Amino acid sequence: MQPFELTDLGAGTKEMMLNMGPQHPSTHGVIKFVLRMDGEVVAALDPDVGFLHRSIEKIAEKLSYPDFMPYTDRVDYVAAMNCNFGYARVVEKLMKMEVPKRAEYIRVIVAELNRISSHLVSVGTFGNDIGAVTPFLYAIRDRELINDLLEMLCGARLTYNFVRIGGVAFDLPDTFKEKAIAFLDTLEPKLKEFNTLLSENRIFRERLAGVCVISKEDAVAYGVTGPNLRGSGVDWDLRRDEPYSVYPEVSFEVPVGGGLVGKVGDAFDRYWVRIKEMQESAKIVRQCLEQIPEGPIMAKIPRVLKPPAGDAFDRTEAPRGELGYYLVSDGSSKPQRLKIRTGSFAAVSIIPKIAPGWMIADIVALIGSLDIIAPEIDR
Amino acid sequence: MHYTLRNKLPSTALFTTVDAVLNWGRLSSLWYLLFGTACCAIELMQTGGPRADLDRFGAVFRSSPRQSDLLIVAGTVTYKMASRIKRLYEQMADPKYVISMGSCSNCGGLFDLGYSVLRGIDKVIPVDVYVPGCPPRPEALTQGLLVLQEKIRKQRYLAREA
Ligand code: SF4
Repeated sequence: MQPFELTDLGAGTKEMMLNMGPQHPSTHGVIKFVLRMDGEVVAALDPDVGFLHRSIEKIAEKLSYPDFMPYTDRVDYVAAMNCNFGYARVVEKLMKMEVPKRAEYIRVIVAELNRISSHLVSVGTFGNDIGAVTPFLYAIRDRELINDLLEMLCGARLTYNFVRIGGVAFDLPDTFKEKAIAFLDTLEPKLKEFNTLLSENRIFRERLAGVCVISKEDAVAYGVTGPNLRGSGVDWDLRRDEPYSVYPEVSFEVPVGGGLVGKVGDAFDRYWVRIKEMQESAKIVRQCLEQIPEGPIMAKIPRVLKPPAGDAFDRTEAPRGELGYYLVSDGSSKPQRLKIRTGSFAAVSIIPKIAPGWMIADIVALIGSLDIIAPEIDR
Repeated sequence: MHYTLRNKLPSTALFTTVDAVLNWGRLSSLWYLLFGTACCAIELMQTGGPRADLDRFGAVFRSSPRQSDLLIVAGTVTYKMASRIKRLYEQMADPKYVISMGSCSNCGGLFDLGYSVLRGIDKVIPVDVYVPGCPPRPEALTQGLLVLQEKIRKQRYLAREA
């Protein structure tokens, strides 16, 4: 498919303004898009963000370092573990703290499980946006199983507050390993079922093939990260290329979009990368469960955390792209400034560039395939 | 059951009040607006999903406020969003009900410390049922819906002053 060229036919037609959101089932949260339409073709698109600006960064300045942890859950609530993980890492970096091996393994296990559940939500809602309702129900059914696993670990289903500065809050329960492996065993056939329903569905494929292509150059220029970047054919994954935690000790592949049904970087590629990533995450969890050593789960940390004055930046690979925390400390028990950089923010900034020339139904595919989420944009 | 009743009660009349019939109809088909502002929306989604299955109680989601009877305010309400939620509420046709889901929409919750968050959706629109939690589990939201149904069952809609 190709974007449309807008030509003035001289019929005296006018462009129309259209508001999409903030309450709209396919904007994935409270985001508004102001569209200028020529018939059904988009002439220009303007994202209006800030409907979920909860002043998380400012709240960080009012709380002590450990007290801020629950707020990181809310930066990206679909992948709260990954956000906990990133924040714990940046404080540890500032304090030059060593984390016990077992804790690192547990962190990677929960982060990857959370990645699977986040991608399930992503592909499920994406199918729903395109008009396939059933796969959505399959996806959230499977997501409940991951919720059960994480609930067993920390008692929460969505906002875990599980990773601590210097380790993790709880050790793995006795039956965790069996249950996790039992889940992973069922995940493979379920993904297959999901593929039959959605990925191989002809309507779904034709709706997405070649639609809203993001070229390699554009993706890099706009700072798009994560699965969206890999969907555009850029082979870059922090877990492999800038390894942290115990990722160097496990083997996994980095799926990259290859234009399976249309062009490299189209909406289908971004979707397909996520499906593949779930399989890779399952592999990582399996290896971690095998290799995890015995030992303590918390480093020895002082009662009141007072990192030395200075700053630190750390980025990790979250399900929606790179999650960066920049932390400035003035030597007191509260951060002086915390800046959070998220993948969705970059992803939403490229929408105005890609949208013109596509039909409004393709815009839904674009937004869904970028998997943007409101709290990550607004914070 | 209808097999046992078939041909047994050919012309039986049931006596009840009009209010009771209206209420029964309303509480058994509470269609809620597909709308969530923050984290609680994910739990709302799971509540509508296969395990908790809100459909059992006649509650299905609609994408338009014009077709909805119930607004579940799921998540943080910022100042920027508050006026939009009020507008959504005003677009709904009477009779309409509101469930406030989660600490954020009950009272600001965690974000009480922030500068941009409304401390409670009840400052903007009337609320029927508050569901506590951060986020409330699907069971808790289901319970909230059942409480609302009981509330509707006792309503005297026609006897009310205009
Ligand atoms: S109550 Fe808790 S889970 Fe719900 S929106 Fe607020 S912070 Fe998120």
